[in-house]
Amino acid sequence: MSATSPTRRSLLPFALRMERRLESPRGLGALTTIGAVVVALLISAVIIWWQGGDPIDVYAHIVRSSLGSIGVVSDTLVKATPLIFTGLACSVAFRMRLWNIGAEGQLMMGAWGASAVVLVGWLPDGTASFIYLPLMLLAGLGMGGLWGGIAGWLRARFNVNEIITTLMLVYISQEWVKFWVFGPWSEGGFQMTERFPREAWLPRLTDHSDLVSDFAGLTVHLGFALAVVAAVAVWWFLNRTGKGYEIRLIGDNPRAARYAGIDIGRTIILVMLISGALAGLAGAAEVSGVVHRLQDNFSPGYGFTGIIVAFLARFNPLGVIVAAIAFGALILAGREIQPAGIPQMIQGVVLFCVIASDVFLRYRVRLVRR
Amino acid sequence: MNLELALAAGISSGTVLLFAAIGELFAERAGVINLGVQGMMFVGALVGFSVGYNIDPWLGVVLAMVAGALLAALHGLVTIHLQANQIVSGLALTFLGTGVALVLGEGLPSGSSPLLPVVTLPLLADIPFVGAVFFSEQSILVYAGYLLVPLTSIWIFRTRPGLHLRAVGEQPSAADALGVNVYRQRYAYVMLGGALAGLAGAYMTMSQVPGWHADQTFIAQGWIAVALVIFGQWKPGRTMFGAYMTAFIFRLSLDLQGPKELFGIPNIFYEYGPSTFVLGMLPYITVILVLVFAASEANRKRIGAPASLGTPYVRGERGH
Repeated sequence: MSATSPTRRSLLPFALRMERRLESPRGLGALTTIGAVVVALLISAVIIWWQGGDPIDVYAHIVRSSLGSIGVVSDTLVKATPLIFTGLACSVAFRMRLWNIGAEGQLMMGAWGASAVVLVGWLPDGTASFIYLPLMLLAGLGMGGLWGGIAGWLRARFNVNEIITTLMLVYISQEWVKFWVFGPWSEGGFQMTERFPREAWLPRLTDHSDLVSDFAGLTVHLGFALAVVAAVAVWWFLNRTGKGYEIRLIGDNPRAARYAGIDIGRTIILVMLISGALAGLAGAAEVSGVVHRLQDNFSPGYGFTGIIVAFLARFNPLGVIVAAIAFGALILAGREIQPAGIPQMIQGVVLFCVIASDVFLRYRVRLVRR
Repeated sequence: MNLELALAAGISSGTVLLFAAIGELFAERAGVINLGVQGMMFVGALVGFSVGYNIDPWLGVVLAMVAGALLAALHGLVTIHLQANQIVSGLALTFLGTGVALVLGEGLPSGSSPLLPVVTLPLLADIPFVGAVFFSEQSILVYAGYLLVPLTSIWIFRTRPGLHLRAVGEQPSAADALGVNVYRQRYAYVMLGGALAGLAGAYMTMSQVPGWHADQTFIAQGWIAVALVIFGQWKPGRTMFGAYMTAFIFRLSLDLQGPKELFGIPNIFYEYGPSTFVLGMLPYITVILVLVFAASEANRKRIGAPASLGTPYVRGERGH
């Protein structure tokens, strides 16, 4: 079956013919993604140049300050850690065509939950790490799951559009965190809480520089390892379990899934719980591994960048790791780039090119002579 | 707190939501969801303010609409021709528009005087209460908003092109069989939607809160506009009501922080500063509750979105 393109320009000596592919060749997905990123970087370069910047300078700076030395590579991995979690959160939901775009809010609540473990003061001073850390991560996971679950329940029970609710919950969570850091948990009127005790910090490589002297100054923390483990676990869940199969089936063909007797409402709630929990872990790992306190605006939009990470990885949990590191580099280097919007713009252009490039997966596009 | 002033302010800021939501309504009626409203508004705001501030306000308005329409055309190209997922493309548009506007808006002044005329309608403004709320000291674009809604309604429900629009959104294959060019219709209305989103942005930075505030300008306006279309059940009148009400609630959450006493009891939001953040959640919680309400009403009355919403039309393929 061939569908011809709706555009026909008879003025040109050739025409675009689009033929639907029955299946796409192996490796084409990765190839088109790379091609799309290259095109996106070229487009971004034009915009930067138009704005009066030097695109080569900007790109060279990004590479140098994110991969130039072992120290900055470690910093890149620190930035990639929350992105892996939020990228996974989005991938799980998007795989079933559930548009959880509010990972940012679930991350906020996760961070709040982890902070609450320290700040409510139920644990005595000097509590050991092996009690603090699991509790903090669990609290982050729980609060994130709750936040995602609310949207999932509203979708399953009332058929309320999850795009809007997850996003509104982002704004609610931001106000919620502000309330606590400006109010009850404020340290001396500043918009941040007191610093967590050392026992509540996720261990970093630099903490072990007495054992291996090269570790000095490397801030990459246990959260990165946890994120990689989470990615493998999510891959296993989606590809090797019955529930994962159901999720993929709903994503590919909801009607068939319904006929197969899958309870779609329950699966929606489950997936939103998992998705929220993963994003919540991002927040917990960030406050415990990097910031060491809760403060306003500690996230430069990790939840939103997670959306792009998920698409770049084509919802493949292992691909998420790679995409997250690339965007971690962009965020890390982006802090010093002026004007400040450049990283965000590049993200937008990349996402656009990636989804536009999908057409090459679905169609064989050919130029034919008239 | 002065109720008339608060309501008038709600109308003023609700006009931003109104333009954006009516634009989205057109696109969705044609079967295309465009979640890039926020991005198109942002670019419209940038173009409108920078052209309006440096050259001419009305040229700014026009170019803002053109910019919004061009971005929307990009969404159209990707979703109508390349058949990409509409939700994803819209998200990409939001990221793109926001990013591009932040980059190109670098260095614009953060405040200015209103660039568009503020008008008080002679006789209508004298009507008690109503006059003060709707017809006094409002930007000229607010009045344009009043006109836009009935015109949209007539266009969609009472004219032949409106019939075509609805047909394209409900059953594109049938419309196609009748000789309506589905692709052209979808492009036209998606771009109209973009133009209105651009207008919403321009109105905001040129009139409502004049100046370029980068991040702070749009907290969630574009997204709320999308929600309003759902709440409005794809009807202009209900959407307008929703826009003004939401804006009023936003305004209320600010106004409640001012007075020392509310209804004779000490105002907690005044006494304890951080509690204003609890108040700040109010508008967003309202949006969620309103959507729950609208969804259950739609379920009961069996009202739904345009039937082909979100699905690309491919000529000659089954399933449309």
